[in-house]
Amino acid sequence: MIQAAKHEKVLVSIRVNGKLYEEAVEPRKLLSDFLREECGLTGTHVGCEHGVCGACTVRVNGAAVRSCLMFAVQAADAEITTVEGLAHPGNRHPLLDALSECHGLQCGFCTPGILMSAAEFLEEHEEPTREQIKEMLSGHLCRCTGYKGIVEAIEKVAKSKRTGR
Amino acid sequence: MKPASFNYYRPSTLEETLQLLLDCGDEGKLIAGGQSLIPILNMRLSSLEHVIDINGLQELDYIRMEEGILKIGGLCRQRSLEKSPTVKEVAPLLSEAVPFIGHVQTRNRGTVGGSLVHADPTAEIPLSLLALNATAIIQSAEETREVPVEDFFITYLTTDIASTEMLTEIQIPVDALPKGYAFVEFSRRHGDFALVAVASLLDTDEDGTITAGRIAIGGVDAVPMLAHDAMDVLLGEKLTDALLEEAGNIAAENTDPESDLHASREYRQHLAKVFTKRAIRKAYERSQHKLGGGRNHDSGSQT
Repeated sequence: MIQAAKHEKVLVSIRVNGKLYEEAVEPRKLLSDFLREECGLTGTHVGCEHGVCGACTVRVNGAAVRSCLMFAVQAADAEITTVEGLAHPGNRHPLLDALSECHGLQCGFCTPGILMSAAEFLEEHEEPTREQIKEMLSGHLCRCTGYKGIVEAIEKVAKSKRTGR
Repeated sequence: MKPASFNYYRPSTLEETLQLLLDCGDEGKLIAGGQSLIPILNMRLSSLEHVIDINGLQELDYIRMEEGILKIGGLCRQRSLEKSPTVKEVAPLLSEAVPFIGHVQTRNRGTVGGSLVHADPTAEIPLSLLALNATAIIQSAEETREVPVEDFFITYLTTDIASTEMLTEIQIPVDALPKGYAFVEFSRRHGDFALVAVASLLDTDEDGTITAGRIAIGGVDAVPMLAHDAMDVLLGEKLTDALLEEAGNIAAENTDPESDLHASREYRQHLAKVFTKRAIRKAYERSQHKLGGGRNHDSGSQT
């Protein structure tokens, strides 16, 4: 059993984008804050901090979840992927270029979360319909684009995965 | 940091968890998926003395069939329920209801048991489990109880579960379930809390006469309610437009919603009528399909 009294810190080790981070934090520390403050991975954005806006979405053992609705201590021993993990040199996720080509972002605040959800979605849907894409995007608020470019970018990546081009 | 400081425990067995609940008494609070609890803590609408994290209890994350009973572990994620071929086969009402819960990103983490014990009057899982006549298995260090979901809800966010107890399993007797089903819901934005949601189950015979069923309505009272009177007028009858209208009216009259900034009492009652009618018609048509004929009785005007 893991146990910590009020204000007491526990040692949390989390593997993020393949790298192990070990920090002593209070159990109330949110995973989103752990990623930004302890790991220095500020690509994960923090918007509403109560699970509505989707900006802080990361992948925990492959599943896209809100990092503001998890304590860091709950992610101990999990494999986390953040937006930084999509841009490894030599292993760049095709969504990054597709979003820019389709004008799928303007200010970019919502983009990291959308990328993480879309990456999971594309692994599960080979030929997604527009409806399915919109359903997945319903968990993300974007105030700049009107979503059209984002939907097109996701369609583009799905298509190029199918055709190999 | 957003939430106020708390004492944290992450037990690794059910036995440890139940002992902790006993030791913490009224000050103890379980956290499962945390998709309702953590927003409350982040906004400091509440602060907790002891938080008992049950995410280590993998033994409670399952979906299985045993002797005609669908058993769902308290820690089963909503997303697992949504994707389960077993659930789709034996209790398709649940498969239809789950996509209405929040978003895929919250369903990846939110649990079935957590939603039931949170008991939001508009939530999809409590409503579906009420329609499905499910039973909640509740354990404490001292005893194990079985509570029909019908008797489980007391009022807003309040259930028949003591501070020393936890929900460990949900049981749905699927052999006796009516074959026609429907889950319909109205919300202002996709994934938002429902204003009104209706779950219905109907059985019909070869003539199209309704032989059994249950209709449950959410968002119209402090707890999800069964529309007994509406069901009574349907039993032994074939569905006609006039009968459907009558059942919808009765269902709406029996609701007792409140007005708030999202919708007035009158509008919620109107929605209760319209969505009850839709749920009845859809379940009726599906039950006719299940009989093999695929006939479409009296499906005149769209409701």
